[in-house]
Amino acid sequence: MSGHDYDAVNYWKANLRLIFGSLIVWALVSYGFAILLRPMLAGIPIGGADLGFWFAQQGSILTFIALIFHYAWRMNKLDEKFDVHEE
Amino acid sequence: MSQFVINLLFVGGSFALYIGIAIWAKAGSTSDFYVAGGGVHPITNGAAIGADWMSAASFISMAGLIAAGGYANSTFLMGWTGGYVLLAMLLAPYLRKFGKFTVPEFIGDRFYSKNARFVAVACLIIASVTYVIGQMAGAGVAFSRFLEVDSTTGLIIAAVVVFIYAVMGGMKGITYTQVAQYCVLIIAYTIPAVFISLQLTGNPIPPLGLFSTHVESGVPVLEKLDQIITELGFQDYTDDVDNKLNMVLFTLSLMIGTAGLPHVIIRFFTVPKVADARWSAGWALIFIALLYLTAPAVASMARLNLMTTIYPDGVDSQPIEYEDRPSWVKEWEVTGLIEFEDKNNDGRIQHYNEGSEEFAEEAEERGWEGNEFTYNNDILVLANPEIANLPGWVVGLIAAGGLAAALSTAAGLLLAISSAVSHDLIKGAFKPDISEKGELLAARISMAVAIAVATYLGANPPGFAAQVVALAFGIAAASLFPALMMGIFSKRVNNKGAIAGMLAGLISTLVYIFIYLGWFFIPETNNLPNTADNWLLGISPLSFGAIGALINFAVAFAVSNATEEPPVEIQELVESVRYPRGSGSATGH
Repeated sequence: MSGHDYDAVNYWKANLRLIFGSLIVWALVSYGFAILLRPMLAGIPIGGADLGFWFAQQGSILTFIALIFHYAWRMNKLDEKFDVHEE
Repeated sequence: MSQFVINLLFVGGSFALYIGIAIWAKAGSTSDFYVAGGGVHPITNGAAIGADWMSAASFISMAGLIAAGGYANSTFLMGWTGGYVLLAMLLAPYLRKFGKFTVPEFIGDRFYSKNARFVAVACLIIASVTYVIGQMAGAGVAFSRFLEVDSTTGLIIAAVVVFIYAVMGGMKGITYTQVAQYCVLIIAYTIPAVFISLQLTGNPIPPLGLFSTHVESGVPVLEKLDQIITELGFQDYTDDVDNKLNMVLFTLSLMIGTAGLPHVIIRFFTVPKVADARWSAGWALIFIALLYLTAPAVASMARLNLMTTIYPDGVDSQPIEYEDRPSWVKEWEVTGLIEFEDKNNDGRIQHYNEGSEEFAEEAEERGWEGNEFTYNNDILVLANPEIANLPGWVVGLIAAGGLAAALSTAAGLLLAISSAVSHDLIKGAFKPDISEKGELLAARISMAVAIAVATYLGANPPGFAAQVVALAFGIAAASLFPALMMGIFSKRVNNKGAIAGMLAGLISTLVYIFIYLGWFFIPETNNLPNTADNWLLGISPLSFGAIGALINFAVAFAVSNATEEPPVEIQELVESVRYPRGSGSATGH
């Protein structure tokens, strides 16, 4: 694969966009909802605690799983669209 | 059948299974030995990563840490799972495409420098050796508690079993034993949790039980726990923390440390395709999450159970008499992990926070003269089945599960160490013309030596054993992760930048840790006491890995921009790892 291929450049840009978006969600649920923004979510009760506590102990982990599978699925589509997938 | 015989059957049976797998999966080539021949299915690899990753710390210690710290220790849950997002998106697919056997090999090739490769080997060996000591020591403890042998004998038995499957089978043997070990450890962890969740909340799924109503009192479990412990002067379980900067940095250090640990990264070299590396990370996190979603439920329920055992009629009434203590308390007292001292000589077990000023007055009124009951956090998981009165076979299962967690991680670390020695040092530096057969022999000998060293250190753990996990994560976060990531995402970072960055990250992190924990962990050589008011901006030594990583990135970019661009062929190498097409299975040349 040549490095100056137009499609290859666009493939890499699309990958970077996808990573960037995923990492925003990654940071939002863990550093955001579970830690820094917890006081803002304190008013939403969940079984004896609050939404921020739920994100810290369960919500962030569930979101991480969804993020990885979403990324793997979208990248497979991109691999095929830009014809860089493995045979 | 006595409990001892049951434990022996479970542990012996699981060991026989591991050895059987080793005989079936014997390594015939260096590719088998280093990357299991490159033909591992992503789901299989996910389960193997799960066992590789979840160590004695995850299995035995984590729930106890959360039980003690409540919300504040959620950092471990997020930190030790969030790293997989980074692995899946920033490292694993590209390193798999690169298609070599070891992590230092990528760093050496990408930064076209043997010195860069040696710095990476040094970081890898320090991080992995410190980490493996804890696993071997953990295996020794599990043996001595459940099989009534002394911990050195137990350790030697464990070492012989690891020796058989790791030396014979290499990565191939380790992969399939890790899958078996994952099954053993997850069953062992969840069965007691299901029973306890059922008893307390009527909900058989522990993560749902955590946010359900406590059947006996009619209020949610977490609210009930908060009520009980705050009435005894302890910190509110769900309370927010003040030092958010440190909490963020600690979580971030654990995440990037997780992504930078070589024994996890090399597991991604075993799958056939780049796409499989991405799926593997997802499956691995599902397998890990089964335990990590159960752990916080175990934590709060075990602590609640413990409190209601000591105060059967509520905290306003008298605590239990020492003579009436349940049998599991007696058994764990023998090990010294539970201690009771009747300070006011009333024959009852007063357990409260003697450090709380608000509670001091009430304690005095009630004639209490100090906290009389202390327990090691590690017993919460191990004693869980006994606290909930579960049958003897569940206890046997916990014994086998704890050993599976310790041994699977130890084997993964030992493989990372031995492949760095045989492939990066012996083949890479001293004897580049070594034959494949010779390299395979060298790999097996390195593995045997690594096991011997780890067993010795596990039996005679250096005084700093407790702090070394911080060191392993700090090094992985501050040196390896940034170098790998820049090697993939930047074409501009060159050999000088990468080496300067790795050294700056490594040294700044080590110095910050040593200032508070003692130089080379020698007691009383620390320059400042390790307390929050002495920390720079409130950043604990355990959280500094994230800052070290930032320093690494900054130095690497600054030095690279001041020096020449990497050669064209290196820029082409960076291009090639970015596109999946054309990946073969991993090779040594």
